[in-house]
Amino acid sequence: MADIVVQDIPAAIPQDVSPLRAFWDAFKENRGAVAGLFVVLLIVLIAILADVIAPYGPNEQFRDAVRVAPMWTDGGSSRFILGTDGIGRDMLSRLMHGARISLFIGTAVMGVSFIIGVLLGLACVSLGNTVDVLVTRLMDLIMAVPSLVLAILVVAVLGPSLTNTIVAVTIVYLPRYVRLVRASALTELGKDYVTAARVAGVGPWRLMFTTVLPNCLSPLIVQAALGVSDAILEAAALGFLGLGAQPPTAEWGTMLADAREFIRSDPWLVTLPGIAILITVVSINLAGDGLRDALDPKMRRS
Amino acid sequence: MLRFILRRLALTIPTFIALMFVTFVAIRMVPGDPVEVRVGERGISAERLEMFRRELGLDQPVWKQFADYVWQLAHGDFGSSIATNQKVLTEFAALFPATIELSVAGMLFAVLLGIPAGTIAAARRGSVYDQTLMGLSVTGYSMPIFWWGLLLIMFVAERWGLTPVSGRIDLIKYYFEPVTGFMVIDAWLSGQAGAVKDALHHLVLPAIVLGTIPLAVIARMTRSAMLEVLGEDYVRTARAKGVPVWRVIGVHALRNALIPVVTIIGLQVGALMAGAVLTETIFSWPGVGKWLIESIARRDYPALQGGVMLISSVVIGVNLLVDLTYGFINPRIRHG
Repeated sequence: MADIVVQDIPAAIPQDVSPLRAFWDAFKENRGAVAGLFVVLLIVLIAILADVIAPYGPNEQFRDAVRVAPMWTDGGSSRFILGTDGIGRDMLSRLMHGARISLFIGTAVMGVSFIIGVLLGLACVSLGNTVDVLVTRLMDLIMAVPSLVLAILVVAVLGPSLTNTIVAVTIVYLPRYVRLVRASALTELGKDYVTAARVAGVGPWRLMFTTVLPNCLSPLIVQAALGVSDAILEAAALGFLGLGAQPPTAEWGTMLADAREFIRSDPWLVTLPGIAILITVVSINLAGDGLRDALDPKMRRS
Repeated sequence: MLRFILRRLALTIPTFIALMFVTFVAIRMVPGDPVEVRVGERGISAERLEMFRRELGLDQPVWKQFADYVWQLAHGDFGSSIATNQKVLTEFAALFPATIELSVAGMLFAVLLGIPAGTIAAARRGSVYDQTLMGLSVTGYSMPIFWWGLLLIMFVAERWGLTPVSGRIDLIKYYFEPVTGFMVIDAWLSGQAGAVKDALHHLVLPAIVLGTIPLAVIARMTRSAMLEVLGEDYVRTARAKGVPVWRVIGVHALRNALIPVVTIIGLQVGALMAGAVLTETIFSWPGVGKWLIESIARRDYPALQGGVMLISSVVIGVNLLVDLTYGFINPRIRHG
């Protein structure tokens, strides 16, 4: 009997699959996620190539063509595929450049809060109780103030601009990263391999950044992906309220605010920027959901 | 239980102190001298300037100013608006019922649609209905609600003329003194024919806009909670006993699935307040969210400071209440 078991073992070991390959195999099972990823890549491409593929500059005005309807409607012309806005700027070009701004805000917020979140979260678990209590209380406070209200307060203090939008939205979403890092680092710290590393004489920095951190990354990556879409939405809301990027910046939220006065006469001016925001956010969320399912089967929403 | 309540209450105290500190510091970081803002561009004599400074307490050291601020707050004084010279608390109290009315309506919309939708999706897992619903849920969750509001105004209100565009009631047709501050209740109390219907008509679109994101969250949460519960032994037992399917799902499973859903509903309060700022701005709904945005436009910093304080206090209070209720229902939390 024992011989048979021993012989069976080699067959039971699966073929060596690279982690990336395994991830992709799990990811592509979710069709929505693949579609989302595809659209995200498309938008990223548009954002990068905006200068090349946009027919006109984002702030180029055509005084002879104010509020021209999109091409396929009455009064539209092929000169402006998606029409022009209230002061004769090409909508398509502005939307393309808007993708650049929105994605920039989204990734900047994600990058900064990721880094600060990791540092603060690890500081919580490694620098002692005082730091932990201070940081945790501060994060609780940020979470107690409704997100947009806090962002409004920050922008009101710093003044409305693109940079301050990023600062405000980063502050709003920071607690999610800090809490996530703190919670998963605490779980990891209790495990045997960490004790083993300690016994082996690994220093505190190395212990935190090379032993513990890589094992906390999965939920953090998912949070980062979904955080990009939240940041884009929040920044657009600030722009819409006149507290984000300032005109003439081609930011989607700001464009919507500009278009409000034409809601009766030229509905497409209101419709188009919103569709751009919605498509971007939906596809990032779809891809993010797929990422979560693929990275961490335990978190998979049934 | 008492110990649990006290411990939970004690936890909110540092949050409040920090909140006071942050609003205090934030307002002092605003560029420009508050006295100069009040005086305007014409300028005044040095004596008058000194008097204003003393009146606003700006001649005191900073720690004293903070202590005074805390002292004021402790006495329920949230400062006075520069624009109207009214107490911030008075203005807030007058506008807050409108925000509550809108939030309650939005939440009702979200709960009444979200729980059945999620339940059916779980019961028919993998069906076309389920997939459509989950697709809609992602869309709802990703919705820029300020755009969604404009879209609804464009179609439902403007093109099809089904609802009014903005406001809480037709002020030309109906006029009555506010009693409760809730327009629907006031309209009913006034006894004027058609007033309630008109108030409800005004409420529909803003409620849908505000309720969209909670609806998506609740539908999704209900679905996954139901799926978990449907795999439990007692559901199998109920089925084996021959309990009808609708009863298994609607009574045996749903009741147990509702616990996480109710928690989620409670935690949506902060999101509702954030959403109310946008919704009220779009629909000219005279609540605290619109007021907050207007105070920024007017550079009315005391109003902004007091408003942020008050809105956050409400959210902290409601979250505390949710926690306590949850601890009351579920003893395991209490002793955790």
